[in-house]
Amino acid sequence: MAFLSVHQVSKGYGPRWNRSEVLADINLEIEEGEFVAIIGYSGTGKTTLMSLLAGLIEPDTGEVRLAGQKMEGPGPDRGIVFQNYSLLPWLSVYENIALAVDQVFPDWTKEKRRAHIEKFIATVNLTSARNKLPSELSGGMRQRVSVARTLAINPKILLLDEPLSALDALTRANLQDEISRLWQEDKKTVVLITNDPDEAILLADRVIPLTPGPRATLLASIPVTLPRSENRKAALETIEGKRLRNEIIERLQAAKKNTGSAIVRKLVLPDIEPEDITKGRHSLLFSARRKPVRKSEIQPISVEVES
Amino acid sequence: MDFIKRFKLDSLLLPLIGIACFLILWQVIAGKTVTTRVADEFGDMMTKNVRTGISPDLPTPATAWKASKSYIVQPFAKRGELDRGILAFTALSLGLVTQGYIIALVIGTPLGFFLGLSKTFTKAADPIIQVLRPVSPLAWFPLGLVLFSSVKLVDAQQKTWFGASDAAALFTIAICAMWPTVMNTAVGVRAIPQDYLNVARVLKLSRTKTLFKVLIPATLPYMFTGFRLSLGIAWLVIVAVEMLTGRPGIGGFLWQEYNAGSYSRIILCILIIGVIGLVLDRAMSFIEARFKSI
Repeated sequence: MAFLSVHQVSKGYGPRWNRSEVLADINLEIEEGEFVAIIGYSGTGKTTLMSLLAGLIEPDTGEVRLAGQKMEGPGPDRGIVFQNYSLLPWLSVYENIALAVDQVFPDWTKEKRRAHIEKFIATVNLTSARNKLPSELSGGMRQRVSVARTLAINPKILLLDEPLSALDALTRANLQDEISRLWQEDKKTVVLITNDPDEAILLADRVIPLTPGPRATLLASIPVTLPRSENRKAALETIEGKRLRNEIIERLQAAKKNTGSAIVRKLVLPDIEPEDITKGRHSLLFSARRKPVRKSEIQPISVEVES
Repeated sequence: MDFIKRFKLDSLLLPLIGIACFLILWQVIAGKTVTTRVADEFGDMMTKNVRTGISPDLPTPATAWKASKSYIVQPFAKRGELDRGILAFTALSLGLVTQGYIIALVIGTPLGFFLGLSKTFTKAADPIIQVLRPVSPLAWFPLGLVLFSSVKLVDAQQKTWFGASDAAALFTIAICAMWPTVMNTAVGVRAIPQDYLNVARVLKLSRTKTLFKVLIPATLPYMFTGFRLSLGIAWLVIVAVEMLTGRPGIGGFLWQEYNAGSYSRIILCILIIGVIGLVLDRAMSFIEARFKSI
């Protein structure tokens, strides 16, 4: 039994007559201590998948099990780092983390909790900003607070929902290093969702492509064979690194071709039969002249457009 | 130097020009007193004062000032129950407004929260709220009198210190001033980003903790917009309420002076009501801005 197992999960939105199936046949097995990256195009249901893993939404079919237990509802054993940080703007860095720590470890002494919070603020190098409000921090710093808040509640599994996609390239590179460092320190089970192949290869043990929706599903995973050395970034530029990146991109593109979604648009074409000029313009018999006719005001014609 | 020049022009000179235009317009509408000397049938010269103008009963700025001066220079004087300095009246009115306003907030805020949190409750209560919201204070007051007709609190000397009309006054202020708070709080609760609620769900915060740690702080900016608008309405209502009850206060004084025919002081009352309303609004905006900045 894998540590986190997702079995035949599907999820759709909307009423039955106008339902859009976002995810279908999702199967996923993740071992303890593994770092898995799920990669896919934007808008293919990555965040829906993450919400399912976190328990924020219920799957329509199938089940999610964590350490053998069926998951029901969200809980602090699954720490989630949201794309948009989700910090409470009226609380300082310290207070944001304290809210989580006080809630999850209520039986600790005050001093222990305080030391715990300070430790995690230091882990993400934000000690100097501990009393600042989120609005006074840069995007990268906010995301670090969010990571610290999630790590501080010591979750069994860490869910990173495109944590770096809202950041500029330089900050992203720094935070990638930081996440890599944090992971190597305590080897937590991590699921990272991303749309950047480099980021996936850089951080994960294996990469799983998610096909474009609707009815998105997971493809076979690609193990990252690069050595997890101090500088995996350099390995990205080796032949093996390039091969991995190409493989991920090719698989995603192949999946996109297969789905080739058809968009049905209603085109309204003008429907006027022109005046019959052979009848002569100056005929006195008005009834004999054919005026421009409009057979019907609007006639919808469905045209299938391959995108 | 350049800064001082511009500062003077923009924020001092232009308002002064505006005020001057207003006074001129007032003067023109009020017209002037024309004194003519005519010989009567005995041959004596008599002076005859005739007011001419668009509205001959409206006092001119100068007369208004002369008649109101004593109320302004001795703002806290108490010459009688309905003859006091203008700020003494204002203080009485503010006292009543404060009580009614507090009642409005105490009822309105939770009501807004329920509306924002529960779709079922919104659907059930919305028609009633939409109908009651535009009702004028003048219409609520009689209902208040009926509702609280048996209210009579007496002090040691058997003197009523809180009767039906006081209760009705508070009722009217509260029910009229409540709606902006109710509506804004409801909108604020509905506008809480899903992310904040997700944080609460992931951490498994209890209902009480979610309310105090997430919902209320997230709604505060909206709530304060509601509080500010409510205070404005409460201050509007007070005048109507005091006119109906005849209780001492700025509105009661206004009505009494109208009945007494001293129109000059009506203008004084209007100006003071306006100034106080402005001060209240600015004070609330200041507090509101502090919560919005977060």
